[in-house]
Amino acid sequence: MESTTKKKTGRKGGGLFQSLGILPVLVLICALFAVMNHNFLTSNNLMNILRQASINIVIAAGMTLVILTAGIDLSVGSILASTAVLSLLSSLDAHLQWATILVPLVAGLGMGVINGILIAYVRLPPFIVTMGSMTALRGAAYLFANGTTVINNNLNFAWIGNNYLGPVPWLVIIAFVVILVLWFLLRKTVLGVRIYAVGGNEQAARLTGIKVGFVLIFVYGISGLMSGLGGVMTASRLYSASGLLGNGYELDAIASVVLGGTSLVGGIGGVPGTLIGALIMAVLNNGLTLMNISYFWQLVIKGLVIIIAVTIDKFRTTSKR
Amino acid sequence: MSDPKVSPRVILSTRGVSKRFPGVQALSDVSLDVRKGEIHAVMGENGAGKSTLMKILAGVYIPDDGQIFLDDRVVRLENPLKALQLGISLINQELNIAGNISVAENVFMGSELGRFGLARRAEMRRRTREVLDLLGAPFAAETRAGLLSIAEKQQIEIARALVHNSRVIIMDEPTAALSENETEKLFTLVDSLRSQGIAIVYISHRINEILKIADRVSVLRDGRYIGTLEGSEIESEAIVRMMVGRTLTDFYQHRVSTEKTEGFFRVEDFSDGKKVRNVSFSAAAGEILGIAGLVGSGRTEFARMVFGADRRLRGEVYLDGRKISINSPKDAIRHGIGYVPEDRKSQGLFLEMSSHDNITMNVIGTTSRAGLIAGRRNNAITSQAIEQLNIRLASPRTRAVSLSGGNQQKLLLARWLQIAPKVLILDEPTRGVDVGAKSEIYKLIGEIAMRKVAVIFISSELPEVVGIAQRVLVMREGALVADLKGENIDQETIIAYATGVREAQAAFAAKTGR
Repeated sequence: MESTTKKKTGRKGGGLFQSLGILPVLVLICALFAVMNHNFLTSNNLMNILRQASINIVIAAGMTLVILTAGIDLSVGSILASTAVLSLLSSLDAHLQWATILVPLVAGLGMGVINGILIAYVRLPPFIVTMGSMTALRGAAYLFANGTTVINNNLNFAWIGNNYLGPVPWLVIIAFVVILVLWFLLRKTVLGVRIYAVGGNEQAARLTGIKVGFVLIFVYGISGLMSGLGGVMTASRLYSASGLLGNGYELDAIASVVLGGTSLVGGIGGVPGTLIGALIMAVLNNGLTLMNISYFWQLVIKGLVIIIAVTIDKFRTTSKR
Repeated sequence: MSDPKVSPRVILSTRGVSKRFPGVQALSDVSLDVRKGEIHAVMGENGAGKSTLMKILAGVYIPDDGQIFLDDRVVRLENPLKALQLGISLINQELNIAGNISVAENVFMGSELGRFGLARRAEMRRRTREVLDLLGAPFAAETRAGLLSIAEKQQIEIARALVHNSRVIIMDEPTAALSENETEKLFTLVDSLRSQGIAIVYISHRINEILKIADRVSVLRDGRYIGTLEGSEIESEAIVRMMVGRTLTDFYQHRVSTEKTEGFFRVEDFSDGKKVRNVSFSAAAGEILGIAGLVGSGRTEFARMVFGADRRLRGEVYLDGRKISINSPKDAIRHGIGYVPEDRKSQGLFLEMSSHDNITMNVIGTTSRAGLIAGRRNNAITSQAIEQLNIRLASPRTRAVSLSGGNQQKLLLARWLQIAPKVLILDEPTRGVDVGAKSEIYKLIGEIAMRKVAVIFISSELPEVVGIAQRVLVMREGALVADLKGENIDQETIIAYATGVREAQAAFAAKTGR
């Protein structure tokens, strides 16, 4: 009984079905690599893929919320770089040792909230706002790091990037927890429904009394927070940080979201799809490298896979209508 | 209406045309004759098959069965271009105009004149000018199309039909987006096309228009041809009966609350400095208060201001004797004021979301606990609403976009009923809704008023205002000009006040200082 009522009233998009849409593509790609390279399907390598995917998963999950409101966040890579540098700097400061994780998270959240305020209340287009903050925060990251690489071999949160819980790296655990939390947020909370509503029809959302401004600030805040978390993860993995980190991560994140079936128009999609999308990206990176395919060809193949996968998804969803 | 001089020569006809779409038989065995130089109205509820039939005539769809005759010869309309070449043009409700290019370029779009691959712009402009003169169009062939009004863009489409020497022009709800003035002009134009021997196939939901201009009326129901009325047979009673299979007297039937609390909802001195000027009125609980007026008279602007959706310059609201402050839709909702906007697709519905989400959107916050959705409670709300409003859908999960206009409107009504409104403002609640669903919505409005709700009903369709409102306020140029009750409510009086033929009633004239 419970399961049937759920099925009847569940929101379209973001559900298991939507994510299943692109899952066969992931399985197919994995199968191809498994056949072509016997090193691919080892537990070591699979864990490797998950670890390599983890940071992109976290950022793309935050990006999913933004794209669900028909927005975009180009600043994620720059937020990652500047928060990573901030976490390193605080780890080198005796007074801030206790806050090495808190500082980058709060900073990331704050940067996202500023994006959100400019978009919600000054009513600037998200593309412009986040392009501006992408550039400015990239510069800030270099400035924080004084143009060099900040290194700390005694990093007090190095366990995040390098230790395991049982057989699973903490990075992977974090990524999956993020997916679960944001999935829960979107599916089970009032705020989640309102995110879809704002993305689906902003005017109608306003007229039903939804505080659209708050919803927008929230999603950009979450995207910033996830980028800050990405900064922590990156810094702890590397024991260092510089203004160079996270270059181009916004495009990987957007690609993962779109691969996962979330529409750039807003209101359609969800986090499970994004997880699959991010895994496809990671599997391609890993598999093509294992097969010794040149980096140049890797770019070409990745680009083509994105276009083909989204094309397949488009036909699948339109034929269902 | 029928002109004896017009020869009843048939130019376009269908015989036994059928069309199936996955899951629906859209048309079955339809035979229809269109004569030279007539205005032939095609009517039917939404989903009756009108649009499918028109698209078949225009070559957009190919029929599964049956034949189409043009001048007594069988023709195959394989695509829209073929139909156009044979002299059949379709003018859609959504106009097919590119805003960034000139009128002439629009007229020749897809069939540009050329010589050796070079566009003959001068020639295209010349021929466009010729046709525009014929139509009496107030704009030039060089004008950028995006600068024109909807009525003028419609003239571009008609010009396109004439440039291709069309003998049959199909118009799908051409007046849906026009003002009364523009509608009149369109009728004059259509009339002159008819006198040139062009056959007009005219689709509309507005019975009044049909009564005014149609020479013959054919009715479709459930994809079948029901019959054709001609001359004196054309009257609303008969048309409605054919469309829905029941009579007009039942049509506006609804319950009326006898118990009213006067002065329950009071609005004082509302102004926005532009389109709304010094509007004051009061509505009783349990009353259905109509607000009539021409398109652009400020009705919608006023309603949105009362609901807190737009800023006002000044104005106060009293509910149940207490002054309340409304500065946002959220405030209005908290005080029990609901607003169903005039354009349900762009302002009301979440088209890609489920019907369940659309119904519960206003209450998920209040039913929730610690921000978590109360799934079971919301499901109960949804199933109760679906039953109560008789919303027809496959499952609560069905997306709003795939419902018919009437059922979409019911979703919105259901959503607003959930806040247990004290005041419900309905802005054009039956626009684009088929006849059967309209009647249901009227009944529903009656039911809502019975619950001691002050229902404020804004509509451009005078028959329905007269049919269901107990009191009617008339607006003109942003100000109230008349307050009509009981016997005084009739279409002629409303029109007279709305257009300014009659001066504002004394009470209002003093207030607005005119």
